[in-house]
Amino acid sequence: MTTALTTSPAAPGVETPDGAYAVRLAHVHKTFGRPGTAAPVLDDISLDVAPGEFVTLLGASGCGKSTLLNLVAGLDRPTAGTIEVPGARPALMFQDHALFPWLTAGRNIELALRLAGVPKAERRAEAERLLELVRLGGAYRKRVHELSGGMRQRVALARSLAQGSNVLLMDEPFAALDAITRDVLHDEITRIWSERKLTVLFVTHNVREAVRLAQRVVLLSSRPGRIAKEWRIDLPQPRRIESAGVADLSIEITEHLRGEIRRHVQQS
Amino acid sequence: MSSSPDTTTLVEDQPQAPADTAADGTTTDSASVEAGLDALETVHAQRIPVGQVLRQKALPPLLGVLLVLALWQTAYSLHLTSSYKLPSPADVWNSLQDLWYQGTLFSIIWTSVWRGLSGFALSVVIGTPIGLVVAQVKPIRAAVGPVLSGLQSLPSVAWVPAAVIWLGINDQAMYAVILLGAVPSIANGLISGVDQVPPLYLRAGKTLGATGLRGARHVLLPAALPGYLAGLKQGWAFSWRSLMAAELIASSPDLGLGLGRYLENQREFSDMSGVLLGILLILFVGVAIDLLFFSPLERRVLRSRGLLVTSR
Repeated sequence: MTTALTTSPAAPGVETPDGAYAVRLAHVHKTFGRPGTAAPVLDDISLDVAPGEFVTLLGASGCGKSTLLNLVAGLDRPTAGTIEVPGARPALMFQDHALFPWLTAGRNIELALRLAGVPKAERRAEAERLLELVRLGGAYRKRVHELSGGMRQRVALARSLAQGSNVLLMDEPFAALDAITRDVLHDEITRIWSERKLTVLFVTHNVREAVRLAQRVVLLSSRPGRIAKEWRIDLPQPRRIESAGVADLSIEITEHLRGEIRRHVQQS
Repeated sequence: MSSSPDTTTLVEDQPQAPADTAADGTTTDSASVEAGLDALETVHAQRIPVGQVLRQKALPPLLGVLLVLALWQTAYSLHLTSSYKLPSPADVWNSLQDLWYQGTLFSIIWTSVWRGLSGFALSVVIGTPIGLVVAQVKPIRAAVGPVLSGLQSLPSVAWVPAAVIWLGINDQAMYAVILLGAVPSIANGLISGVDQVPPLYLRAGKTLGATGLRGARHVLLPAALPGYLAGLKQGWAFSWRSLMAAELIASSPDLGLGLGRYLENQREFSDMSGVLLGILLILFVGVAIDLLFFSPLERRVLRSRGLLVTSR
């Protein structure tokens, strides 16, 4: 099922001409190893993400959701099909913060600014501004090991934003955090997404997280990864993960996800 | 906002607690929960007071040295062997004083230390690019890697005769022996440092746009630094050992009087307390350079990365 790509009312004031996209995947296939011998990981994925849209990719293990994100990030190439990301190279956040431990929090961000071509004179102020944005003003001199897991992910988010891209790819960035911290970070990413008018493609296997965050949830089937179903979510933001609206939709989506997983028992 | 007194205190203690500017209640609530979490989960690294460090780190080795001296003195006092073979600690102290009054003590030490350090510096300059190339270029690694590991296990004193025939009994031969001892261990240190860089850092660097030389400079090399430092430390130990072996074996007035030569001279004079003094000075210099230079550097790098667990 595909839905027309109009931005939902919950979008933070994005006015785009019809058909504009921040990420476009057209008939993307991915096979590791020689084609024909190995089973495809991704099979004919076509997906448009509108500027300013928040999309979560949901799927069980083996659905190739991380592979898909790597392709969009340009870390790997598709076997067939095209991926278009107009503008700057998209930023990618991992499950692990991947901050460099030999640099302070502030210097991590400055390195990203430097690699993005920001002049030296502006880097310090910009890094401080980004730390303020993730509510970590004053953490500039902190070493990575001095920060808690949630703080590290917020610095990692600030570093991703420092790349200057409006497209943010997130690969299960909150999966390793405890529930309370994750909850707080959901509020953060929602706030920053709407403040900065970001386009977010967020990969997760957590249905409630997907529903809590997204304007559109895309369910991928496993082995090979195909788009199984999409849901558009018009609940107003910020949502609460334990709210009835999120819960109801989560139950429905979980049923589909379980159905996708059950298919593999029947096949084998 | 929570009204529990504990929570309030924590939020106020937190210097970076953000001002709750957002008008809507959810965001404000979330921000204060976040600030509370930050305060709760921040680990405050405590510096241990100097006195305690001295007691924990300096006292045990000092006691160990005193124990060895006591055993030595006891063996001497019991006349376990002739005093010609085993002089007392006081005899060795007297030999040291003689050198001091002759004014040659520092020139002997300096001759060897200068040679050792400049040979080591040259080894760093040569070993570092070799290590980088071997670590990064697969065919070269397949060809040269095993040779480097093999060279590391070859005692570099074995090169002394060859170096003397090729270069003559001179400083060049000394440097050649140092290089052959230290270059492989510096290169190998860098190679293992590069191998141990977590692939995630390289991926993160790539998404940030650090590829090629920029990737090496901003990601690969800093990430490999701990392994590289371990290699440097071992490289110094190898430099010093090779140099002492070379000075012991090769004898020529051109070489000046270094520690190795001093040791060999005392053996020729059958001056056992001089021989023991030579051994102790060589040991002292090797340990002192490690303690003054490499260990602090290594500790600093590891601590800044949170890799050094403070013992409690």
